[in-house]
Amino acid sequence: MSALRIAQEEKGWLSSETIEFVAKYLEMPAIAVFEVASFYNMYDLSPVGARKITVCTNLPCALSGGVHAADYIKKRLGIDFNETTPDGRFTLKEGECMGACGDAPVLLVNNHQMCSWMTEEKIDQLLEDLKK
Amino acid sequence: MSSQGIILSGLDGDRTWRLADYIKRGGYDALKKIIAEKLSADHVIGEVKKSSLRGRGGAGFPTGLKWSFMPRAFPGAKYLACNSDEGEPGTFKDRDILRYNPHAVIEGMIIAGYAMGCERGYNYIHGEIFEVYTRFEEALQEAREAGLLGKNILGSDFSFDLFAHHGYGAYICGEETALLESIEGKKGQPRFKPPFPASFGLYGKPTTINNTETFASIPYIIREGGDAFLALGKPNNGGTKLFSVSGHVNKPGNYEIPLGTPFADLLEMAGGVRGGRKLKAVIPGGSSAPVLPGAVMMDCTMDYDSISKAGSMLGSGAVIVMDDSTCMVKALERLSYFYFEESCGQCTPCREGTGWLYRVVHRIENGLGRPDDLDLLNSVTANIMGRTICALGDAASMPVQSFIKHFGDEFAFHIEHKKCLVPQDVQREGSKIYVA
Ligand SMILES: Cc1cc2nc3c(=O)[nH]c(=O)nc-3n(C[C@H](O)[C@H](O)[C@H](O)COP(=O)(O)O)c2cc1C
Ligand code: SF4
Ligand code: FES
Repeated sequence: MSALRIAQEEKGWLSSETIEFVAKYLEMPAIAVFEVASFYNMYDLSPVGARKITVCTNLPCALSGGVHAADYIKKRLGIDFNETTPDGRFTLKEGECMGACGDAPVLLVNNHQMCSWMTEEKIDQLLEDLKK
Repeated sequence: MSSQGIILSGLDGDRTWRLADYIKRGGYDALKKIIAEKLSADHVIGEVKKSSLRGRGGAGFPTGLKWSFMPRAFPGAKYLACNSDEGEPGTFKDRDILRYNPHAVIEGMIIAGYAMGCERGYNYIHGEIFEVYTRFEEALQEAREAGLLGKNILGSDFSFDLFAHHGYGAYICGEETALLESIEGKKGQPRFKPPFPASFGLYGKPTTINNTETFASIPYIIREGGDAFLALGKPNNGGTKLFSVSGHVNKPGNYEIPLGTPFADLLEMAGGVRGGRKLKAVIPGGSSAPVLPGAVMMDCTMDYDSISKAGSMLGSGAVIVMDDSTCMVKALERLSYFYFEESCGQCTPCREGTGWLYRVVHRIENGLGRPDDLDLLNSVTANIMGRTICALGDAASMPVQSFIKHFGDEFAFHIEHKKCLVPQDVQREGSKIYVA
């Protein structure tokens, strides 16, 4: 799993070539590696923008602005969930509970950077910073 | 975050997760005591039994008893796993424990390894909190350098090593056998039980799995004694516990309080309900626990026995608070979507049933409900419960049953009038981004 994670960090997403490469490296059948990659939600099996933003909209977050924040990002970027901006900069995803519900609204940037208490102002700021 | 307890108390400053800071707080004294006084494994397990510590991961199983199931005389390797795959909606306590006090978990695991004769442990950390995983790796490095992990710990003949493993976005890996599969590098699909992990666990070896908070409670129990821990709570519900309070409260966060504290007190600590609105409903133990009406909760105390008497479960200690701006159909729709999305697909009743539940609640919410839909939902849940490999099937069913049981009128209103009982603008106002 770590091998796939590192491969994804390097390549942005897991193409079948990347998966075959990882499989060879681990001396495993490619299909077994593919099975793992497709089971876990944080692996991307199709291209994503330079920045993938995943917003948690599960109930505890939704009660406290999770959906509101997601709607705001959709409006700002002009895209819906599972879409990428035409310039390839941003992809938006809907996430499940990230174990940080007290910080709602919560979002992840490229899987690893967690942003808490995202107000509209903080979202504006984040999107500006990520464009750089 | 606030604490009247033992895991998150005394944490001042931003270096609380460092080894030096932990030692200043009395950290690793329990382990040193065991080594210096050559306490026997039986003694350690006895203290844990006395403490009446119950598993903090959801099921509330007595920890001491679980530890005594590990085969003592087994000749080969034995393993330990810590479940930090916190993904049960509403639960966010293990993240704070690992962020601010990771060495308590490490010490707890070393002691557990000692008591059960395990040579190696793994901490499985939820993929979404990757920064916590990186920090835990650093804490492990500190412990290794200090001779607290590895060969001949503190000069004794006891050796134990510990490794971190991360998930990558699969709620089901919180189920203990799925977690083991995932550590083995496979898809996280739960195994049939029996055999139980204590006889056939990680790589087929005897394995004990406990929650992060469970392990983090161990050092105190050994240092101060099982009786002292028990006395912090109430009989059969030993100790203090972390409650993650989320939803419509003014101060969401983790509150570490004695088991047996009235719910009303906890609600007050969390700043009460937002905007002066009325408490409508509470899910007291994470999204898989049955929902209870606000009035029922106001009469409960926060412990395993009281919540179970009221018809729900203390579960992971995730308290999801909903005020009267909440549409219960919409709330259930979101939870049902979650279980549908996270079902691993191995058992037909769960795979098909969770899809059904979601689609029916979804159509009710969207004004397409049919008069017999509530009966349909109840019959689908009856067909899932008890017929699946793991408890996710039950976890998906209990919210549906309890929402209908306590808020059936609201569902009936939806079906009849094709709209929410709670006006849309009230809902929007109640669940907007909140700045305290
Ligand atoms: C679908 C599902 C998800 C679970 N998720 C978690 C979890 O995130 N963390 C956890 O500690 N236990 C979780 N559990 C419970 C574990 O299977 C197991 O009972 C627990 O880790 C045992 O530890 P304890 O005795 O210390 O509570 C889950 C169970 C199921 C069925
Ligand atoms: S109950 Fe659901 S999640 Fe659990 S093993 Fe069966 S299909 Fe998978
Ligand atoms: S519900 Fe969003 S982090 Fe838990």
